[in-house]
Amino acid sequence: MKKQISRNVVLTAIAAMLFLSACQSSTAETTQPRALTVLTHDSFAISEAVIAQFEEENDVKVEFIFSGDAGGALNKVILTKDAPLGDVFYGVDNTFLSRALNEDIFEAYDSPLLASIPDQFKLDDQNRVLPVDYGDVCINYDKAYFASNDLAVPQSLDDLLKPEYSGLLVVENPATSSPGLAFLLATIAQYGEDGYLDYWRQLKDNDVTVVSDWNTAYYTNFSASTGKGPQPMAVSYATSPAVEVVYAAEPLDESPTASIVGENTCFRQIEFVGILKGTENRDLAEKFVDFMLSVPFQEDIPMNMFVFPANQDASLPEEFVKYIQVPESPATLSSDLITAERENWISAWQDVVLK
Amino acid sequence: MKKPCLSVRKIHKDYEKNPLLDGISFDLHEDETFCLLGPSGSGKSTLLRVIAGLEKADAGSILWRGKDISGIPVEKRNFGLMFQDYALFPHMTVAENIAFGPRMRGWSKAAIQKRVEQTLQIVRMEKFSDRRVLELSGGEKQRVALARTIAPEPELIMLDEPLGALDKTLRDELGQVLHEILNELHIPTIYVTHDQEEAFTVANTIAVLNFGNILQMGTPEEIYNTPASLWIASFLGFSNQLSGSIKQVDPLLIASDVGDFSLPESEHISMKKGGDVTLVIKPDMMQVASKKDGSNLIQGKVKDSQFRGDGYRLSISTKNDGTLHFRDTMRREIGQPITLEISPAMLLVYPGNHA
Amino acid sequence: MRNTRRKLFYFLGAIPIVYLLVFYTLPLGIIFEKAFEGFQTLLQTSGLLQKLGRPLAFTLYQAGLSVILTVLVGFPIAYLFSHFQFKGKKLFQAAVTLPFILPTVVVAAALNSLIGPGGWLNLALMQVFDLTSPPIQIMNSLEIILLAHIFYNTSIFVRVVGAAWAQLETEQEQAARTLGAGAWQRFWFITLPLLKQSILSAVLMVFLFDFTSFGVILMLGGPSFSTLEVEIYLQTTQMLNLPLAGLLSVIQMGITFFISWFILRDSHTGMVTFLPDIKNERMQKAANGKQITLLVLLLAFIFLFFVLPELSLFFRSFTLVEADGTFRFTLDFYKELFHNVHGSLFYISPFTALKNSLTYALITTLIAGLLGIIAAYGLLNTQKSKLLRALVLLPLGTSSVTLGLGFLLAFPRLSFFQKYPQILIPIAHTLVALPVVINTLYPAFASIPANLRAAAGNLGASPLKVLQKIDLPLIRNSLLVGALYAFILSLGEFGATSFLTRPEYPTMPTAIYRYLSLPGSLNYGQAMAMSCILLTLCTFSMLLIERFMLKDKRS
Repeated sequence: MKKQISRNVVLTAIAAMLFLSACQSSTAETTQPRALTVLTHDSFAISEAVIAQFEEENDVKVEFIFSGDAGGALNKVILTKDAPLGDVFYGVDNTFLSRALNEDIFEAYDSPLLASIPDQFKLDDQNRVLPVDYGDVCINYDKAYFASNDLAVPQSLDDLLKPEYSGLLVVENPATSSPGLAFLLATIAQYGEDGYLDYWRQLKDNDVTVVSDWNTAYYTNFSASTGKGPQPMAVSYATSPAVEVVYAAEPLDESPTASIVGENTCFRQIEFVGILKGTENRDLAEKFVDFMLSVPFQEDIPMNMFVFPANQDASLPEEFVKYIQVPESPATLSSDLITAERENWISAWQDVVLK
Repeated sequence: MKKPCLSVRKIHKDYEKNPLLDGISFDLHEDETFCLLGPSGSGKSTLLRVIAGLEKADAGSILWRGKDISGIPVEKRNFGLMFQDYALFPHMTVAENIAFGPRMRGWSKAAIQKRVEQTLQIVRMEKFSDRRVLELSGGEKQRVALARTIAPEPELIMLDEPLGALDKTLRDELGQVLHEILNELHIPTIYVTHDQEEAFTVANTIAVLNFGNILQMGTPEEIYNTPASLWIASFLGFSNQLSGSIKQVDPLLIASDVGDFSLPESEHISMKKGGDVTLVIKPDMMQVASKKDGSNLIQGKVKDSQFRGDGYRLSISTKNDGTLHFRDTMRREIGQPITLEISPAMLLVYPGNHA
Repeated sequence: MRNTRRKLFYFLGAIPIVYLLVFYTLPLGIIFEKAFEGFQTLLQTSGLLQKLGRPLAFTLYQAGLSVILTVLVGFPIAYLFSHFQFKGKKLFQAAVTLPFILPTVVVAAALNSLIGPGGWLNLALMQVFDLTSPPIQIMNSLEIILLAHIFYNTSIFVRVVGAAWAQLETEQEQAARTLGAGAWQRFWFITLPLLKQSILSAVLMVFLFDFTSFGVILMLGGPSFSTLEVEIYLQTTQMLNLPLAGLLSVIQMGITFFISWFILRDSHTGMVTFLPDIKNERMQKAANGKQITLLVLLLAFIFLFFVLPELSLFFRSFTLVEADGTFRFTLDFYKELFHNVHGSLFYISPFTALKNSLTYALITTLIAGLLGIIAAYGLLNTQKSKLLRALVLLPLGTSSVTLGLGFLLAFPRLSFFQKYPQILIPIAHTLVALPVVINTLYPAFASIPANLRAAAGNLGASPLKVLQKIDLPLIRNSLLVGALYAFILSLGEFGATSFLTRPEYPTMPTAIYRYLSLPGSLNYGQAMAMSCILLTLCTFSMLLIERFMLKDKRS
């Protein structure tokens, strides 16, 4: 009987503890500042201090809601557009842009800070979305491998078809991976809608490895990562070599990897922010968008998300200057075309490469 | 005498470091029903399981028709064992349970079918063939268990307290049925029970088992007439016990609180004059004394007189406040003084004063 | 008095139904309503049948194969754990169960460091046999999908069947022996039929986990393989084709229902009730040479198949790979976990992740345990139990992407959930845990002879008292299994969580995913370190839960 009692006590205690911890968050909210909700994708990251500054200046509490990867997050915003879950959405990129605009989920906002942003990033003339950052999807290569095998680093997409690079490249499935899609788009930009499948056929003959996601490509297949995989070239980001240095377990003088930055070997992804239709906090949302485009936030972006700030006044951290090769002529495609054809391109690609 | 079919030789088995079987030996002959009679915990079920092969003896051997069978696994011995709580297969019907043994031995379908019908007839359960065993009553289960045990035509049948789980009426009724069936089968049988009446009913030979040893072995008559020890006499239910001392050796005369008793020559006692003994009076048919003085008389008062169907049970209180029980032919008035004459055949003497 | 108690009992019985209606049916309904707005156009799409048929065929094919292999691997292990007592048994049991909580990225990493192209096994084989290329090349193949499914799901088979096996009366088998049945015959004719309920339950659950497999197919199987769940994910998040995703979801649920119903269809007619043997008489030490050989072989297998990948994770979390390929011991990855070096707003402290994960897991276990007991007990007393049991399993066959999306549309705008958004996470976890708990408890409840309850009722016990005093003590082993799975399902859940998570309430799997989303050996090492913390935490929790629930077993 005693055991029975003690067990009940334990159970009650646990239940009470859980209840209290569930309520904890509410007790602190006595003087409630206004709240601004920002919807974004899982990869969003920013410094605590930067957000704290904004919150202090505007007496606002910024709440972030993560909603999966870029596609998933956008989809959620679209599905909830009649009753939006937040005020601002950050994270739609140029491959999904038209889709987002067609769904009419954003309110236009002509931010004064757009003046500091180069025109090449402004893809919506109505300013329903405003460019925040950009990054290039590039092929990374294992410097040590090419050096020790006395192999020249390929300089173009054509080079990848050469027999000496047979079996050395791993790419991601464009259906399941955002860098995979970007690389497919780069080849379409290079060879056109009529020629890209041919290119991929040859790439397949040259033993290209296809995996589902960036994780696998980088950590399982890429020889320069800690995974020590078999392929010395992997589709990743132009900034990855810098990240390798920043997040090295032991301090490194130089990155073990570098990017191939030939013509159309990289595809440029631009990420946008927009104010969601139906917001009740338009004033705060505007302030937050302005803040995202302002120099303090923009300068905080590189080391948190490892992409480049869109605002040209923002200075870059040392690591970015030192370890990153910026492609001079990255591939681009019109967002409308991508939206219209993406599914066809992907399934045609799957038919050629995966079967 | 014929050669035995089963010889058990010096079987030892410990249970948690205490000897449970302490060097047991006996022989079993064709057509014999051999009963292991003993209180619970005497090791009789364990002995059965050792013979069946379900447990291994620590020492000793078991010979079947002269051959040591310790290396033969249970399933190859062809010994039938009926478990105390039957262990019927709950997921099978009555017929399937009975057919199980023949099936395992690879009989033909027709032969199995015939055998099932035959055994169901033997146990008088013809109508129950398709019933699920979970729907059966205790007595029905017992008969199905028996049928299942004999169906594969075992060379030896072992029954572990076959009537133990049944109530008194059912036990008497089914005990009779069981006795008849065993007689018809002509298969050597080992029967385990703690109930001496059951043992007397079914057995040709009884071995009284306790403390891991066979204390006495003989026909039911031998066991009943001359229990080898006071313990056996008590176990058989002979509760009329008097303490006494030897008054005279040849012919034997014993003095007790209720009077002197003379016995015919007794070979199982060799004692000196004055030695302490325990006198046991079997609860057989009483005789009212025809003489007034002399030995072998018990004077007392009728304490109780109960009707027992086939006669009466008389309880008398003796002058030393003891109570003795006998069979009787009529109801007697309670409180009436009575003198009984005890025939020497009803008397047993054991050394030592235990009563 | 008696009457009100009975009313209370029926009132309680309604709770699981209401719970599922609110938290399962409602969000799904909202999603399907959205999805079928575009249904007309979808049906006119060319090649639709092929789009549906290919993933469907592969899903069934791989799930079927996986189940068969899992059963083949699981049976000997279930036998081992239900029959033998040996040193370190609890740890081996934990080792078999642990994969269940590991996020797929971590398993992928573990397998990669072991049997990947540059994994130790391949390196060793290349060195020993002087090979130029790695001999084991099973990454991105059907084989690795099957291996991973066995790795993940064997434990549920072992636990469910093992719990029942340990409680099976030994006498029936002995009776069969005396009737001439050899070992295989006894297994086939006696043990299997008596274990049928648990086996069906286990097989069904394993099937459903394989059937809705996502991470394994995507990350390990690679791009050439696609299951319904993967297609739903693609159509939802990449193609933004909600109508097609909805249709695929419906197909997946329909098949889940039919297969559940098919497997459970004759569960009642073949139902065998027997009293569980809670004395654990079966448990013995391996005595003869044959048993010892078997024991050693099975343990060696468990070590190679289950323990080694887990150990390799631990190894990785403490080793630094130098540029020249040599290894060095380090504690840095663990130390770094506790530093917010870059001052990130979304830095996840291991303590926070740990606290959140544990809290969610405890809430999930409590809700799923209580509701599961009520629901399983209630199912016993209904006519339509087969249908209902199949229905209850539906959440297991529902795409977590679909469900997560449904949750998002249904609840976050309600003021209660706006105030306590974190409550949605354990609720989502319960939806996966509840079917497992119910499906584990039901066979146990059903095997208790009804006359026991009648006897207790006759002695004046209310239905609740009967449940408390008769049923629960008798099904304790199964209850333990149910609670354990509710707990670890919650600890390891990622799919639905990723839809609902807020940066303030990260769980351990979300933390692991975050580390692995960036390059760098430090990130990788920290992910391994966090995984090891998760593994250790899980092992301790399992041992604790077992101790807590079986505490007075011996008295």
